[in-house]
Amino acid sequence: MSSDSNSTPPGRRGLIAFAWVWVGVPLAYGLYELVRKATQLFTG
Amino acid sequence: MSPPVAPPGWSRWLVPPAALSVHLSIGQAYAWSVFKPPLESALGLSGTQSALPFQLGIVMLGLSAAFGGTLVERNGPRWAMTVALVCFSSGFLLSALGAATEQYWLIVLGCGFVGGIGLGIGYISPVSTLIKWFPDRPGMATGIAIMGFGGGALIASPWSAQMLESFGSDSSGIALAFLVHGLSYAVFMLLGVLLVRVPRTERPVGDGPSAVDGPQVSARNAVRTPQFWCLWIVLCMNVTAGIGILEKAAPMITDFFANTSTPVSVSAAAGFVALLSAANMAGRIGWSSTSDLIGRKNIYRVYLGVGALMYALIALAGDSSKPLFILCALVILSFYGGGFATIPAYLKDLFGTYQVGAIHGRLLTAWSTAGVLGPLIVNWIADRQEAAGKDGSSLYTMSLFIMIGLLAVGFVANELVRPVDPRHHIPAPAQKEKEAADVQRQQ
Repeated sequence: MSSDSNSTPPGRRGLIAFAWVWVGVPLAYGLYELVRKATQLFTG
Repeated sequence: MSPPVAPPGWSRWLVPPAALSVHLSIGQAYAWSVFKPPLESALGLSGTQSALPFQLGIVMLGLSAAFGGTLVERNGPRWAMTVALVCFSSGFLLSALGAATEQYWLIVLGCGFVGGIGLGIGYISPVSTLIKWFPDRPGMATGIAIMGFGGGALIASPWSAQMLESFGSDSSGIALAFLVHGLSYAVFMLLGVLLVRVPRTERPVGDGPSAVDGPQVSARNAVRTPQFWCLWIVLCMNVTAGIGILEKAAPMITDFFANTSTPVSVSAAAGFVALLSAANMAGRIGWSSTSDLIGRKNIYRVYLGVGALMYALIALAGDSSKPLFILCALVILSFYGGGFATIPAYLKDLFGTYQVGAIHGRLLTAWSTAGVLGPLIVNWIADRQEAAGKDGSSLYTMSLFIMIGLLAVGFVANELVRPVDPRHHIPAPAQKEKEAADVQRQQ
Protein backbone atom coordinates (compact mmCIF):
# COMPACT_ATOMS: atom_id res chain seq x y z
CA MET A 1 0.00 0.00 0.00
CA SER A 2 1.20 3.44 -0.71
CA SER A 3 1.98 5.58 2.26
CA ASP A 4 0.85 9.07 1.45
CA SER A 5 2.51 10.49 4.51
CA ASN A 6 5.73 8.53 4.80
CA SER A 7 7.37 9.51 1.51
CA THR A 8 6.88 13.23 1.05
CA PRO A 9 8.69 14.53 -2.06
CA PRO A 10 11.04 17.50 -1.33
CA GLY A 11 8.84 19.91 -3.33
CA ARG A 12 5.90 19.15 -1.07
CA ARG A 13 7.92 20.00 2.05
CA GLY A 14 7.99 23.64 0.89
CA LEU A 15 4.24 23.52 0.37
CA ILE A 16 3.72 22.07 3.85
CA ALA A 17 5.88 24.83 5.38
CA PHE A 18 4.01 27.51 3.40
CA ALA A 19 0.61 26.13 4.44
CA TRP A 20 1.53 26.06 8.13
CA VAL A 21 3.01 29.60 7.99
CA TRP A 22 -0.19 30.78 6.23
CA VAL A 23 -2.34 29.71 9.17
CA GLY A 24 0.33 30.06 11.87
CA VAL A 25 1.07 33.77 11.45
CA PRO A 26 -2.51 35.02 12.04
CA LEU A 27 -2.91 32.56 14.89
CA ALA A 28 0.32 33.80 16.50
CA TYR A 29 -1.00 37.38 16.19
CA GLY A 30 -4.25 36.36 17.89
CA LEU A 31 -2.37 34.58 20.68
CA TYR A 32 -0.06 37.58 21.21
CA GLU A 33 -3.06 39.89 21.59
CA LEU A 34 -4.67 37.37 23.94
CA VAL A 35 -1.62 37.14 26.20
CA ARG A 36 -1.38 40.95 26.27
CA LYS A 37 -4.99 41.15 27.43
CA ALA A 38 -4.74 38.22 29.86
CA THR A 39 -1.88 39.86 31.76
CA GLN A 40 -4.37 42.55 32.85
CA LEU A 41 -5.76 39.97 35.28
CA PHE A 42 -2.56 40.18 37.25
CA THR A 43 -1.73 43.86 36.67
CA GLY A 44 -5.15 45.52 36.34
CA MET B 1 -18.83 16.67 -7.88
CA SER B 2 -16.34 13.91 -6.97
CA PRO B 3 -14.10 14.43 -3.94
CA PRO B 4 -10.49 15.50 -4.76
CA VAL B 5 -8.27 12.44 -4.32
CA ALA B 6 -4.69 12.94 -3.13
CA PRO B 7 -2.01 12.21 -5.73
CA PRO B 8 0.79 9.77 -4.77
CA GLY B 9 3.16 11.26 -2.18
CA TRP B 10 0.59 13.81 -0.92
CA SER B 11 1.32 14.53 2.73
CA ARG B 12 -1.44 14.25 5.29
CA TRP B 13 0.17 17.20 7.09
CA LEU B 14 -1.27 19.46 4.37
CA VAL B 15 -4.79 18.67 5.50
CA PRO B 16 -4.74 20.28 9.01
CA PRO B 17 -3.68 23.72 7.66
CA ALA B 18 -6.40 23.39 4.99
CA ALA B 19 -8.91 22.76 7.79
CA LEU B 20 -7.44 25.56 9.92
CA SER B 21 -7.74 28.11 7.11
CA VAL B 22 -11.50 27.52 7.16
CA HIS B 23 -11.97 27.23 10.93
CA LEU B 24 -9.77 30.25 11.77
CA SER B 25 -11.95 32.26 9.37
CA ILE B 26 -15.41 31.17 10.45
CA GLY B 27 -14.39 31.50 14.12
CA GLN B 28 -14.69 35.26 13.44
CA ALA B 29 -18.38 34.85 14.27
CA TYR B 30 -17.56 34.95 17.98
CA ALA B 31 -15.95 38.39 17.57
CA TRP B 32 -19.22 39.96 16.37
CA SER B 33 -19.42 42.03 19.56
CA VAL B 34 -16.72 44.32 18.10
CA PHE B 35 -19.24 45.53 15.49
CA LYS B 36 -22.11 46.02 17.92
CA PRO B 37 -21.35 49.48 19.42
CA PRO B 38 -20.47 51.11 16.03
CA LEU B 39 -23.59 49.63 14.42
CA GLU B 40 -25.75 50.82 17.29
CA SER B 41 -24.51 54.41 17.03
CA ALA B 42 -24.31 54.56 13.21
CA LEU B 43 -27.72 53.01 12.49
CA GLY B 44 -29.54 53.87 15.73
CA LEU B 45 -30.02 50.25 16.82
CA SER B 46 -30.72 48.76 20.25
CA GLY B 47 -28.42 46.15 21.81
CA THR B 48 -30.92 43.40 21.00
CA GLN B 49 -31.15 44.49 17.36
CA SER B 50 -27.39 44.67 16.89
CA ALA B 51 -27.03 41.10 18.27
CA LEU B 52 -29.45 39.74 15.64
CA PRO B 53 -26.87 38.88 12.91
CA PHE B 54 -24.83 36.84 15.43
CA GLN B 55 -27.85 35.01 16.83
CA LEU B 56 -29.23 34.21 13.37
CA GLY B 57 -25.73 33.12 12.30
CA ILE B 58 -25.51 30.59 15.16
CA VAL B 59 -29.01 29.28 14.40
CA MET B 60 -28.04 28.89 10.73
CA LEU B 61 -24.80 27.19 11.79
CA GLY B 62 -26.77 24.50 13.61
CA LEU B 63 -29.37 24.11 10.86
CA SER B 64 -26.95 23.99 7.93
CA ALA B 65 -24.62 21.55 9.76
CA ALA B 66 -27.59 19.31 10.59
CA PHE B 67 -29.26 19.41 7.17
CA GLY B 68 -26.19 19.90 4.96
CA GLY B 69 -24.07 17.12 6.49
CA THR B 70 -25.18 14.45 4.01
CA LEU B 71 -24.43 16.78 1.07
CA VAL B 72 -20.96 17.42 2.51
CA GLU B 73 -20.35 13.66 2.74
CA ARG B 74 -21.60 13.14 -0.82
CA ASN B 75 -19.74 15.99 -2.51
CA GLY B 76 -16.55 15.98 -0.48
CA PRO B 77 -14.52 18.52 1.49
CA ARG B 78 -13.53 20.75 -1.44
CA TRP B 79 -17.14 21.33 -2.39
CA ALA B 80 -17.99 22.03 1.25
CA MET B 81 -15.09 24.45 1.72
CA THR B 82 -16.04 26.25 -1.52
CA VAL B 83 -19.63 26.65 -0.31
CA ALA B 84 -18.34 27.87 3.06
CA LEU B 85 -15.99 30.37 1.36
CA VAL B 86 -18.68 31.73 -0.96
CA CYS B 87 -21.34 32.01 1.77
CA PHE B 88 -19.07 33.41 4.50
CA SER B 89 -17.42 36.00 2.24
CA SER B 90 -20.53 37.03 0.36
CA GLY B 91 -22.22 37.47 3.74
CA PHE B 92 -19.69 40.20 4.51
CA LEU B 93 -20.07 41.75 1.05
CA LEU B 94 -23.86 41.90 1.47
CA SER B 95 -23.33 43.44 4.91
CA ALA B 96 -20.96 46.03 3.37
CA LEU B 97 -23.73 46.99 0.97
CA GLY B 98 -26.17 47.11 3.88
CA ALA B 99 -23.92 49.39 5.94
CA ALA B 100 -23.16 51.67 2.97
CA THR B 101 -26.88 52.11 2.17
CA GLU B 102 -27.88 52.04 5.87
CA GLN B 103 -30.20 49.09 5.24
CA TYR B 104 -29.79 47.00 8.39
CA TRP B 105 -31.85 44.07 7.06
CA LEU B 106 -29.07 43.47 4.49
CA ILE B 107 -26.54 43.08 7.34
CA VAL B 108 -28.84 40.59 9.09
CA LEU B 109 -29.29 38.72 5.80
CA GLY B 110 -25.56 38.86 5.01
CA CYS B 111 -23.72 38.07 8.24
CA GLY B 112 -26.67 36.25 9.79
CA PHE B 113 -28.40 34.12 7.17
CA VAL B 114 -25.92 33.71 4.29
CA GLY B 115 -22.79 33.87 6.47
CA GLY B 116 -24.43 31.44 8.95
CA ILE B 117 -24.77 28.81 6.21
CA GLY B 118 -21.02 29.26 5.61
CA LEU B 119 -20.40 28.72 9.33
CA GLY B 120 -22.29 25.42 9.46
CA ILE B 121 -20.95 23.91 6.24
CA GLY B 122 -17.43 25.21 7.00
CA TYR B 123 -17.48 23.79 10.54
CA ILE B 124 -18.16 20.21 9.41
CA SER B 125 -16.29 20.43 6.07
CA PRO B 126 -12.89 19.02 7.19
CA VAL B 127 -13.99 16.67 10.01
CA SER B 128 -14.59 13.47 8.06
CA THR B 129 -11.49 14.04 5.85
CA LEU B 130 -9.21 14.64 8.85
CA ILE B 131 -10.42 11.44 10.53
CA LYS B 132 -9.74 9.48 7.33
CA TRP B 133 -6.20 10.91 7.07
CA PHE B 134 -5.44 10.38 10.77
CA PRO B 135 -7.08 7.06 11.73
CA ASP B 136 -4.25 6.61 14.24
CA ARG B 137 -4.87 10.02 15.92
CA PRO B 138 -8.42 11.19 15.14
CA GLY B 139 -8.71 13.18 18.38
CA MET B 140 -5.59 15.19 17.67
CA ALA B 141 -6.60 15.83 14.04
CA THR B 142 -10.09 17.12 14.78
CA GLY B 143 -8.70 18.94 17.83
CA ILE B 144 -6.42 21.02 15.58
CA ALA B 145 -9.33 22.07 13.34
CA ILE B 146 -11.79 22.78 16.11
CA MET B 147 -9.11 24.69 18.03
CA GLY B 148 -9.04 26.92 14.95
CA PHE B 149 -12.68 27.86 15.50
CA GLY B 150 -11.72 29.16 18.95
CA GLY B 151 -8.66 30.87 17.50
CA GLY B 152 -10.71 32.68 14.86
CA ALA B 153 -12.23 35.02 17.41
CA LEU B 154 -8.82 35.76 18.95
CA ILE B 155 -7.58 36.93 15.55
CA ALA B 156 -10.72 38.77 14.44
CA SER B 157 -11.38 40.63 17.67
CA PRO B 158 -8.25 42.89 17.68
CA TRP B 159 -8.05 42.92 13.87
CA SER B 160 -11.64 44.14 13.39
CA ALA B 161 -11.27 46.67 16.22
CA GLN B 162 -8.13 48.13 14.63
CA MET B 163 -9.85 48.29 11.26
CA LEU B 164 -12.84 50.18 12.67
CA GLU B 165 -10.44 52.55 14.39
CA SER B 166 -8.68 53.25 11.07
CA PHE B 167 -11.77 53.45 8.82
CA GLY B 168 -14.03 55.17 11.33
CA SER B 169 -17.11 53.91 13.15
CA ASP B 170 -19.68 55.63 10.91
CA SER B 171 -21.68 53.66 8.34
CA SER B 172 -19.11 54.13 5.55
CA GLY B 173 -16.27 53.01 7.86
CA ILE B 174 -18.24 49.91 8.89
CA ALA B 175 -19.05 49.19 5.21
CA LEU B 176 -15.37 49.38 4.31
CA ALA B 177 -14.46 47.10 7.23
CA PHE B 178 -17.06 44.52 6.11
CA LEU B 179 -15.71 44.73 2.54
CA VAL B 180 -12.11 44.12 3.66
CA HIS B 181 -13.28 41.23 5.88
CA GLY B 182 -15.15 39.59 2.98
CA LEU B 183 -12.23 39.84 0.55
CA SER B 184 -9.53 38.88 3.09
CA TYR B 185 -11.38 35.81 4.35
CA ALA B 186 -12.06 34.69 0.75
CA VAL B 187 -8.31 34.74 0.01
CA PHE B 188 -7.42 33.09 3.34
CA MET B 189 -9.97 30.27 2.97
CA LEU B 190 -8.85 29.61 -0.60
CA LEU B 191 -5.84 27.74 0.80
CA GLY B 192 -8.19 25.16 2.28
CA VAL B 193 -10.11 24.76 -0.97
CA LEU B 194 -6.88 24.27 -2.94
CA LEU B 195 -5.11 21.95 -0.49
CA VAL B 196 -7.78 19.65 0.84
CA ARG B 197 -7.67 16.07 -0.53
CA VAL B 198 -9.23 12.78 0.48
CA PRO B 199 -6.73 9.93 0.97
CA ARG B 200 -6.11 7.54 -1.94
CA THR B 201 -6.27 4.53 0.34
CA GLU B 202 -8.08 3.62 3.49
CA ARG B 203 -4.73 3.08 5.20
CA PRO B 204 -2.88 6.41 4.77
CA VAL B 205 -0.26 5.71 7.46
CA GLY B 206 1.52 2.62 6.21
CA ASP B 207 0.96 -0.19 8.66
CA GLY B 208 -1.27 1.95 10.87
CA PRO B 209 -5.00 1.47 11.37
CA SER B 210 -7.43 1.66 8.48
CA ALA B 211 -9.95 4.48 8.24
CA VAL B 212 -12.71 1.89 7.78
CA ASP B 213 -11.79 -0.43 10.64
CA GLY B 214 -14.75 -1.22 12.89
CA PRO B 215 -18.47 -0.75 12.37
CA GLN B 216 -19.81 1.65 9.74
CA VAL B 217 -23.20 3.29 10.30
CA SER B 218 -25.07 5.69 8.01
CA ALA B 219 -26.25 9.07 9.33
CA ARG B 220 -29.87 8.02 8.84
CA ASN B 221 -29.35 4.94 11.03
CA ALA B 222 -27.13 6.73 13.56
CA VAL B 223 -29.90 9.10 14.68
CA ARG B 224 -32.05 6.03 15.44
CA THR B 225 -29.53 4.63 17.92
CA PRO B 226 -29.49 5.35 21.67
CA GLN B 227 -25.73 5.98 21.36
CA PHE B 228 -26.36 9.09 19.22
CA TRP B 229 -28.80 10.53 21.78
CA CYS B 230 -26.51 9.66 24.70
CA LEU B 231 -23.73 11.64 23.00
CA TRP B 232 -26.23 14.41 22.22
CA ILE B 233 -26.96 14.70 25.97
CA VAL B 234 -23.23 14.48 26.82
CA LEU B 235 -22.37 17.34 24.44
CA CYS B 236 -25.36 19.44 25.44
CA MET B 237 -24.63 19.13 29.18
CA ASN B 238 -20.88 19.76 28.80
CA VAL B 239 -21.44 22.83 26.60
CA THR B 240 -24.21 24.19 28.86
CA ALA B 241 -21.88 23.97 31.87
CA GLY B 242 -19.07 25.76 30.01
CA ILE B 243 -21.26 28.48 28.49
CA GLY B 244 -22.70 29.11 31.96
CA ILE B 245 -19.31 30.48 33.01
CA LEU B 246 -18.13 31.85 29.67
CA GLU B 247 -21.19 34.01 29.06
CA LYS B 248 -21.08 35.75 32.47
CA ALA B 249 -17.34 35.49 33.16
CA ALA B 250 -16.57 39.19 33.64
CA PRO B 251 -19.57 40.12 35.87
CA MET B 252 -19.23 36.79 37.68
CA ILE B 253 -15.64 37.31 38.88
CA THR B 254 -16.45 40.93 39.75
CA ASP B 255 -19.56 39.97 41.77
CA PHE B 256 -17.84 37.00 43.43
CA PHE B 257 -15.12 39.11 45.03
CA ALA B 258 -17.04 42.40 45.38
CA ASN B 259 -17.30 42.06 49.18
CA THR B 260 -13.65 41.12 49.74
CA SER B 261 -10.62 43.30 50.55
CA THR B 262 -9.31 42.73 46.98
CA PRO B 263 -12.19 43.34 44.54
CA VAL B 264 -11.63 42.65 40.83
CA SER B 265 -11.29 45.71 38.56
CA VAL B 266 -12.93 45.98 35.12
CA SER B 267 -9.61 45.53 33.29
CA ALA B 268 -8.67 42.53 35.46
CA ALA B 269 -12.07 40.98 34.65
CA ALA B 270 -11.32 41.48 30.92
CA GLY B 271 -7.99 39.71 31.48
CA PHE B 272 -9.86 36.84 33.16
CA VAL B 273 -12.13 36.49 30.10
CA ALA B 274 -9.05 36.39 27.82
CA LEU B 275 -7.47 33.72 30.01
CA LEU B 276 -10.65 31.63 29.75
CA SER B 277 -10.44 31.87 25.94
CA ALA B 278 -6.86 30.57 26.12
CA ALA B 279 -7.98 27.64 28.31
CA ASN B 280 -10.84 26.93 25.90
CA MET B 281 -8.41 26.77 22.95
CA ALA B 282 -5.76 24.76 24.80
CA GLY B 283 -8.42 22.26 25.90
CA ARG B 284 -9.49 21.70 22.30
CA ILE B 285 -6.11 20.48 21.14
CA GLY B 286 -4.74 19.18 24.48
CA TRP B 287 -7.65 17.11 25.79
CA SER B 288 -8.71 15.91 22.35
CA SER B 289 -5.17 14.60 21.70
CA THR B 290 -5.17 12.97 25.15
CA SER B 291 -8.35 11.10 24.19
CA ASP B 292 -6.31 9.21 21.56
CA LEU B 293 -4.27 7.78 24.44
CA ILE B 294 -6.84 7.15 27.18
CA GLY B 295 -9.99 6.59 25.12
CA ARG B 296 -13.03 8.68 24.40
CA LYS B 297 -15.29 7.38 27.17
CA ASN B 298 -12.59 8.00 29.79
CA ILE B 299 -11.89 11.55 28.64
CA TYR B 300 -15.61 12.42 28.88
CA ARG B 301 -15.61 10.92 32.39
CA VAL B 302 -12.91 13.50 33.17
CA TYR B 303 -14.75 16.40 31.45
CA LEU B 304 -18.02 15.66 33.23
CA GLY B 305 -16.82 14.20 36.54
CA VAL B 306 -13.88 16.50 37.27
CA GLY B 307 -15.89 19.38 35.76
CA ALA B 308 -18.62 18.82 38.36
CA LEU B 309 -15.94 18.67 41.07
CA MET B 310 -14.54 22.03 39.89
CA TYR B 311 -18.01 23.61 40.06
CA ALA B 312 -18.45 22.17 43.57
CA LEU B 313 -15.11 23.70 44.65
CA ILE B 314 -16.15 27.12 43.33
CA ALA B 315 -19.51 26.90 45.11
CA LEU B 316 -18.07 25.69 48.42
CA ALA B 317 -15.05 28.02 48.50
CA GLY B 318 -17.19 31.09 47.71
CA ASP B 319 -15.11 34.27 47.84
CA SER B 320 -12.42 32.78 50.13
CA SER B 321 -9.82 32.16 47.39
CA LYS B 322 -9.39 34.03 44.13
CA PRO B 323 -6.64 31.74 42.74
CA LEU B 324 -8.84 28.69 43.38
CA PHE B 325 -11.79 30.35 41.60
CA ILE B 326 -9.59 31.22 38.58
CA LEU B 327 -7.98 27.77 38.45
CA CYS B 328 -11.33 25.94 38.60
CA ALA B 329 -12.85 28.21 35.92
CA LEU B 330 -9.84 27.59 33.65
CA VAL B 331 -10.16 23.81 34.05
CA ILE B 332 -13.92 23.96 33.33
CA LEU B 333 -13.31 26.02 30.17
CA SER B 334 -10.58 23.64 29.00
CA PHE B 335 -13.11 20.78 29.38
CA TYR B 336 -15.68 22.85 27.48
CA GLY B 337 -13.28 23.19 24.53
CA GLY B 338 -12.15 19.58 24.86
CA GLY B 339 -15.77 18.38 24.73
CA PHE B 340 -16.31 20.10 21.36
CA ALA B 341 -13.08 18.82 19.85
CA THR B 342 -13.32 15.20 21.02
CA ILE B 343 -16.88 14.53 19.90
CA PRO B 344 -16.05 13.81 16.20
CA ALA B 345 -13.53 11.13 17.25
CA TYR B 346 -16.10 9.63 19.66
CA LEU B 347 -18.59 9.50 16.78
CA LYS B 348 -15.96 7.84 14.59
CA ASP B 349 -15.35 5.18 17.27
CA LEU B 350 -19.06 4.37 17.45
CA PHE B 351 -20.31 4.91 13.90
CA GLY B 352 -17.15 4.62 11.76
CA THR B 353 -15.96 7.05 9.09
CA TYR B 354 -18.70 6.21 6.55
CA GLN B 355 -20.82 9.34 7.22
CA VAL B 356 -19.16 10.74 10.34
CA GLY B 357 -19.30 14.33 9.04
CA ALA B 358 -23.06 14.12 8.52
CA ILE B 359 -23.58 12.53 11.94
CA HIS B 360 -21.43 15.27 13.51
CA GLY B 361 -23.56 17.90 11.78
CA ARG B 362 -26.75 16.42 13.26
CA LEU B 363 -25.17 16.25 16.72
CA LEU B 364 -24.35 19.97 16.63
CA THR B 365 -28.03 20.71 17.36
CA ALA B 366 -26.97 19.92 20.95
CA TRP B 367 -24.66 22.96 20.76
CA SER B 368 -27.53 25.22 19.60
CA THR B 369 -29.69 23.95 22.47
CA ALA B 370 -26.89 24.49 25.00
CA GLY B 371 -26.28 27.98 23.61
CA VAL B 372 -29.79 28.92 24.73
CA LEU B 373 -29.89 26.80 27.92
CA GLY B 374 -26.58 27.84 29.56
CA PRO B 375 -26.97 31.63 29.53
CA LEU B 376 -30.68 31.29 30.35
CA ILE B 377 -29.97 29.34 33.57
CA VAL B 378 -27.17 31.60 34.82
CA ASN B 379 -28.83 34.91 33.94
CA TRP B 380 -32.31 33.97 35.16
CA ILE B 381 -31.06 32.65 38.48
CA ALA B 382 -28.64 35.56 39.04
CA ASP B 383 -31.49 38.03 38.39
CA ARG B 384 -33.78 36.16 40.82
CA GLN B 385 -31.11 36.04 43.51
CA GLU B 386 -30.41 39.76 43.09
CA ALA B 387 -34.13 40.50 43.38
CA ALA B 388 -34.13 38.45 46.60
CA GLY B 389 -31.50 40.80 48.02
CA LYS B 390 -28.48 38.52 47.69
CA ASP B 391 -25.07 39.73 46.50
CA GLY B 392 -21.49 38.61 45.99
CA SER B 393 -20.80 34.91 45.40
CA SER B 394 -24.25 33.89 46.70
CA LEU B 395 -25.76 35.33 43.49
CA TYR B 396 -24.35 32.33 41.64
CA THR B 397 -24.46 29.49 44.20
CA MET B 398 -27.69 27.98 42.92
CA SER B 399 -26.56 28.22 39.25
CA LEU B 400 -23.36 26.40 40.18
CA PHE B 401 -25.27 23.54 41.81
CA ILE B 402 -27.57 23.31 38.77
CA MET B 403 -24.47 23.03 36.56
CA ILE B 404 -23.22 20.18 38.77
CA GLY B 405 -26.58 18.44 38.27
CA LEU B 406 -26.37 18.90 34.49
CA LEU B 407 -22.85 17.49 34.41
CA ALA B 408 -24.04 14.50 36.46
CA VAL B 409 -26.76 13.86 33.84
CA GLY B 410 -24.08 14.02 31.13
CA PHE B 411 -21.87 11.65 33.13
CA VAL B 412 -24.68 9.06 33.33
CA ALA B 413 -25.39 9.44 29.59
CA ASN B 414 -21.70 8.79 28.87
CA GLU B 415 -21.78 5.68 31.06
CA LEU B 416 -24.74 4.39 29.03
CA VAL B 417 -22.80 4.50 25.74
CA ARG B 418 -22.26 0.97 24.39
CA PRO B 419 -21.09 -0.28 20.98
CA VAL B 420 -23.75 0.15 18.28
CA ASP B 421 -26.00 -2.86 17.62
CA PRO B 422 -24.82 -4.63 14.41
CA ARG B 423 -28.33 -4.31 12.90
CA HIS B 424 -27.56 -0.58 12.39
CA HIS B 425 -24.28 -1.25 10.50
CA ILE B 426 -24.30 -0.67 6.75
CA PRO B 427 -24.76 -4.00 4.93
CA ALA B 428 -21.71 -5.68 3.44
CA PRO B 429 -22.71 -5.00 -0.23
CA ALA B 430 -22.78 -1.25 0.47
CA GLN B 431 -19.36 -1.56 2.10
CA LYS B 432 -18.07 -3.49 -0.94
CA GLU B 433 -19.52 -0.87 -3.29
CA LYS B 434 -17.71 1.84 -1.36
CA GLU B 435 -14.44 -0.07 -1.49
CA ALA B 436 -14.87 -0.60 -5.27
CA ALA B 437 -15.49 3.11 -5.74
CA ASP B 438 -12.33 3.88 -3.75
CA VAL B 439 -10.28 1.50 -5.93
CA GLN B 440 -11.72 3.12 -9.05
CA ARG B 441 -10.79 6.54 -7.74
CA GLN B 442 -7.19 5.48 -7.28
CA GLN B 443 -6.85 4.31 -10.90
